[in-house]
Amino acid sequence: MLRKNLALLPLSGAIIIVQLLTGWTDSVYYLTQLTMAAYYSLLIIGLCLLMGYAGQISLGHAGFFAIGGYLSAALTTRSLVPYQDHFLVRLLESAGCLSAGQDIYGGPLLVVTPWAACIIAILAAVLIAFLLGIPVLKLKGHYLAMATLGFGIIIYRIVLASSYFGEADGISGVPGFNLLPGLSVSGDFATRVENYYIAWGVLLTALLLLRHLIDSRVGRALRAIHGSLEAADAMGVDTARFKLYTFVLSAIFAALAGVLLTHYNGGIGPSEASVMKSVRYVAIVAVGGMANLWGALAMGVILNFLSLRGLFGSYDDAVFGLILILIMLFAPNGILSLNLASWWRRAGLPSRGKEGGGA
Amino acid sequence: MTIELFIQYLAAGITYGSIYAIVAIGFNIIYNTTGIINFAQGEFVMLGGMLSITLLNFLPLPLAIAVAVVLTMAFGAVIEIVFIRWLVNPGVLRMIIITIGISILIREAALHIWGDNVRALPYFIGNEITGIPVLGARVSPQVLWVIGTCSLMVLFLSIFFQATSVGREMRACAANRTAAILCGIDTRNMVTLSFVLSAGIGALAGAVMSPITYTQYDIGTGLAIKGFTVAILGGLGNSMGAVAAGLLLGLIEAFSVSVVPLAFQDAIAIAFLLVILFVRPHGLFGSSAVAGLKEF
Amino acid sequence: MALLRIEHLNRRFGGLQAVSDVSLTLREGAIKAVIGPNGAGKTTLFNLISGALAPTSGEVCFRGKAIQGLRPYRVARLGIARTFQNIKMFAGMTALENVMVGRHVQSRAGFLASMFRLPWCRAEERAIRGKSLELLDFLGIADCAEVEATSLAFGQQRAVELARALALEPALLLLDEPAAGLNIYETAEVGRLIGKIRDLGVTVLLVEHDMSLVMDISDEIAVLSFGQKIAEGVPAVIQRNPEVIKVYLGE
Repeated sequence: MLRKNLALLPLSGAIIIVQLLTGWTDSVYYLTQLTMAAYYSLLIIGLCLLMGYAGQISLGHAGFFAIGGYLSAALTTRSLVPYQDHFLVRLLESAGCLSAGQDIYGGPLLVVTPWAACIIAILAAVLIAFLLGIPVLKLKGHYLAMATLGFGIIIYRIVLASSYFGEADGISGVPGFNLLPGLSVSGDFATRVENYYIAWGVLLTALLLLRHLIDSRVGRALRAIHGSLEAADAMGVDTARFKLYTFVLSAIFAALAGVLLTHYNGGIGPSEASVMKSVRYVAIVAVGGMANLWGALAMGVILNFLSLRGLFGSYDDAVFGLILILIMLFAPNGILSLNLASWWRRAGLPSRGKEGGGA
Repeated sequence: MTIELFIQYLAAGITYGSIYAIVAIGFNIIYNTTGIINFAQGEFVMLGGMLSITLLNFLPLPLAIAVAVVLTMAFGAVIEIVFIRWLVNPGVLRMIIITIGISILIREAALHIWGDNVRALPYFIGNEITGIPVLGARVSPQVLWVIGTCSLMVLFLSIFFQATSVGREMRACAANRTAAILCGIDTRNMVTLSFVLSAGIGALAGAVMSPITYTQYDIGTGLAIKGFTVAILGGLGNSMGAVAAGLLLGLIEAFSVSVVPLAFQDAIAIAFLLVILFVRPHGLFGSSAVAGLKEF
Repeated sequence: MALLRIEHLNRRFGGLQAVSDVSLTLREGAIKAVIGPNGAGKTTLFNLISGALAPTSGEVCFRGKAIQGLRPYRVARLGIARTFQNIKMFAGMTALENVMVGRHVQSRAGFLASMFRLPWCRAEERAIRGKSLELLDFLGIADCAEVEATSLAFGQQRAVELARALALEPALLLLDEPAAGLNIYETAEVGRLIGKIRDLGVTVLLVEHDMSLVMDISDEIAVLSFGQKIAEGVPAVIQRNPEVIKVYLGE
């Protein structure tokens, strides 16, 4: 069990080497996209747990990302001065969750602190995932896909239509998130390296937690549900509860990714809530091999990085659509499952090991 | 609400309702022969509209629409042959993802060909301000074109499925694929045909509706999800149920405008879908026992 | 005391009376078989006990407590384990992991404890693994532990399924046609394993077609025909019962 986690060491090494390389080659700007890709990958490994291990598709995870991102953005930027006397605002104030300041015109500004906003945003995601999950997870196949897709569209419509969430412009001017004194998630130039390590630290911690989970009583129960719902039920597994908790857990990952990326970018726009984003996350999990956290992580980082670098240009969405189709047609178990050795053999080329290049 | 406004809402509700019904019937035709929900169904509607608008530059209106419909039908056949036909026992999840991928590709291709402008065919008779008086209100003749075309399509389809041998063979596929194969029916061609038919009715609806509803490269997703709502509401696979459910959803949407801001209209329709899925996943007219037998 | 008591159990599917007024009792420590021709209602009876179906009327009492209509996972937690006629292995998991799933009700690590791998959680995990290996060894398939379960031979899968069910430490084990699809050697082996399981103190209720197996290992036999119990008794008596012979061989 320990051996499986040793793979984290070379990965950590690679993360450090990449940072050093960008420093030496004067290309620190790559770190920005790598940081963003790490946050997206946080959502993706959570979705991988839900789809690959618990076997439940979700076409609405951009919705949870948006709940996290939009709530923390709105709470940390929209002034509460007009509602100062509301008991909820007073409650937040007495709990030390508000910070006063001045807006750009010098007027008084009263906003929620990032920590409190983050907690509120994640609690909201948990609540919504619970309320949505109880009925939705009773559905299967097409119904589950459409229901989660519908949820995603509702969130998209709401952020697009409410002035509180900035309509088509989204919310900008989101302050940095002081995780610890001297350690803050923000898009500040000076903290680029620091933020790169924060993002990857969060991602690796999340990966470690999920790896533990999969290799445990809970993980076995989830995989059992995926294997045979009826047999898992007969083994005493409360299948409905386990599916629901997994859905909520993946929603927490998505919301946390939304919160952190929004503070890093200093804002969020409605495209983050769009259906295309949800589909993209599903595509990446599929390319990674569904039940494969490492695959999801690798593909999440690589594809998001390439996309953020603008490599796909105006064909960005089309590329993900094409990836989705090709993977599902030719390698439904993920790109890593393609047995290259047998391809070489078929192509008449000698291959070394029997299983060489397999996984 | 004045009687005039009431008639306006009614006309809008029936117009959109018939389009949703056609999309839902498109879902049903493919679902019945394959067990697949084709997430690219809405894109057929978009293609019908866009192609006929482009073809109008070279051809007279009726011919432009006819050619657009035929092209979309051919396109439906190509999709089936390239992506679906050769798969052996694909799982539901795999098919969902493949058809979603197809819908993205079509949408992105449309964006690159036609841009993100809102487009429309001209009114078939008269123009935007032409109106036929109905109980003191004025209803655009195009509304009648939409309703008439959709009704004719439903009529044509029911005759096709009931009275022609090809239609009966398709129904046999729907009832029991294995038994149909044993009876010598080429089920693979039936599947291709179901894609062709769905594409055709979607495209025709897309062309006829475009003067009133306009068309854009990305209307497919919204239409698909509403068409799916209607298909579920009417009972998956039940086309007459789809007509009733389509009109119901269209009217609910049209009249909700007087209560809810327009921007939230889609959210209302989808919230409606979620409620239906949770409360009556077998539809308004179906029985839960029958729904339990279908594979999902 | 009777471990399991079924009283006047009925189940209708539309117009079909699949199980009709069946009453049975099951003595602790016994092996009881339910036999009957195809369509006699054996599997329905089984599903009514395991919670996969709810009865139309009647009562199923386990240790004096009514359990009819409980969901399967609740029934499993009370100490009733089952196997399936068409073996249901968890695909993508090794034989050992399959058996470890069976320890679910005997362990308690939840999402948070598992994610943070708390110390008590590690100890529990070791115990689960140890017990599961022990069971694989008990059923003679310890060398298959790390093989993916679905790639094992049919007879071995049957043994893994038995180990998985035993991992619940059930008081009652329900076996749905344990010899289905097995050749005569494998069937004899399964018979031997069932005997070993009874010797552990587990009460066994099985549904089976294979007469030689049933006559060999059962302490008692109940015969169903068209949903009704037509005979009950020790194998020697059942074998001579004219009504049973009529049901099996025709007039």
